[in-house]
Amino acid sequence: MLTTLTELTIVGILILTLFAVLGLVLVFMERKVSAYMQIRLGPNRVGYKGIAQTLADTIKLVVKEGLTPNGADKFLFNLAPFIVMFGAMLLMAPIPFARNSQIWDLNIGVLYITAVSSISVIGILMAGWSSNNKYSLLGAMRSGAQIVSYELSAGLAIISIVVLTGSLKISEIIASQETGWWIFRGHIPVLISFVIFIIAVTAETNRAPFDMAEAESELTAGFHTEYSGMRFALFFLAEYVNIFIVCAIGATLFLGGWMPFHIGNWAGFNHLMDFIPSSIWFFGKTFFLIFVIMWFRWTFPRLRIDQLLNLEWKYLLPIGMFNLLLMTIIAIMGWYF
Amino acid sequence: MSFLRNYISTVYNSVRSLLIGMRRTGYYFTHHKEIITQNYPENRDQLNLPERFKGEVVMPHNDNNEHRCTGCTACELACPNGTIKIITKFDISPEGKKKKAIDTFIYHLELCTMCNLCIQACPTDAIKMAQTFEHSVYDRSEFIKTLNKPDSKLMEGVE
Repeated sequence: MLTTLTELTIVGILILTLFAVLGLVLVFMERKVSAYMQIRLGPNRVGYKGIAQTLADTIKLVVKEGLTPNGADKFLFNLAPFIVMFGAMLLMAPIPFARNSQIWDLNIGVLYITAVSSISVIGILMAGWSSNNKYSLLGAMRSGAQIVSYELSAGLAIISIVVLTGSLKISEIIASQETGWWIFRGHIPVLISFVIFIIAVTAETNRAPFDMAEAESELTAGFHTEYSGMRFALFFLAEYVNIFIVCAIGATLFLGGWMPFHIGNWAGFNHLMDFIPSSIWFFGKTFFLIFVIMWFRWTFPRLRIDQLLNLEWKYLLPIGMFNLLLMTIIAIMGWYF
Repeated sequence: MSFLRNYISTVYNSVRSLLIGMRRTGYYFTHHKEIITQNYPENRDQLNLPERFKGEVVMPHNDNNEHRCTGCTACELACPNGTIKIITKFDISPEGKKKKAIDTFIYHLELCTMCNLCIQACPTDAIKMAQTFEHSVYDRSEFIKTLNKPDSKLMEGVE
């Protein structure tokens, strides 16, 4: 009993630390990447080359007043940021950070991920509704429509990997990529589902070019218009943690998670690759995907809400379904490497 | 079948155009040499301002404290938001003829939008746009500037 409690405490503290570090690192990375893509310098004042910038921003947000508007539903208004954070925290459970280091390797890991990732939409709707502000409500409703539709595509893309692996357990999915990552072994169908997955998760995390929920230009800040101080920081942090999580899932399913780069049965080469620690492989792949998603944000123009739903229902979903069919045929016939 | 062909070509063309965009930003990301922004307070002495940058209206004076403004008020009329106010007087020339000249050229920096219309309207090139931009002051009244220097005269030969 006591050992379990201690373990839980340690894991909880580790997760919270990881959240804080991720928030700092990813916000800084986003600002630097955007600066480099726009031929700017980016933050370069606080600390060496600006690395302490996000720390300074955090301190600013912590000491700021957390205002609650008069007409707001106080209970829901204060609860919403924590619901969003809880959604992100729960998703940390089945993610394997390195060889043998996974909080909870449950046998329906993939199903758990797809189910729990929908919780954050409740927090967003709650925030939009309780703010008593038309911009917040509109942003929240858009976000709801967006997340509900794009979850389908993300789900179909994930299922195509489950079809290949034949298991919902994360550790088994990684073990099945021992002889090569699925993105190389599964031909074009896996490539298509990978692209669909990346597009869908960009939409699910409410990032540009799918930032309908925030839409600075039309809705000031969408669902978190009325939030300030630490509660705003929680939403901000949840956005970046969610990016990390979806990229970690994408890396696990398509790029082999912590599995080093193996080619078939080239024993010598595989052995050489094993010398690089598995945590470096995992974080390397995850940060590569995060970089790709940032690349999207600073390249593509925004979509209108109707174009957004068009893209999902007329393009991604039919292509995803057809792709899943193709994937199933390939898996049954054993036409993958 | 034409529907299917249209569908596939739409997907192909959009993916292609998105990739072109990503290649552009990827090029910028990997070629981080040319920076279009400047490290402002550090490079104050060697600022690299574009030629067209407009900071404020000034009236150049030569060494003999002479300017080129005849007081025709063309700039005052051209200004869309009443930034310029010219108070004229009449000088008596040695021959006893009256001649119009400026007494005070008042320029309201806080109202100016740097539209350049006054400079274009001026027939004698008496005013021009300077590239100074550090305009912040502690009191609003300091924005109201008199452009002609005290005891300045009209330059010879400017009509």
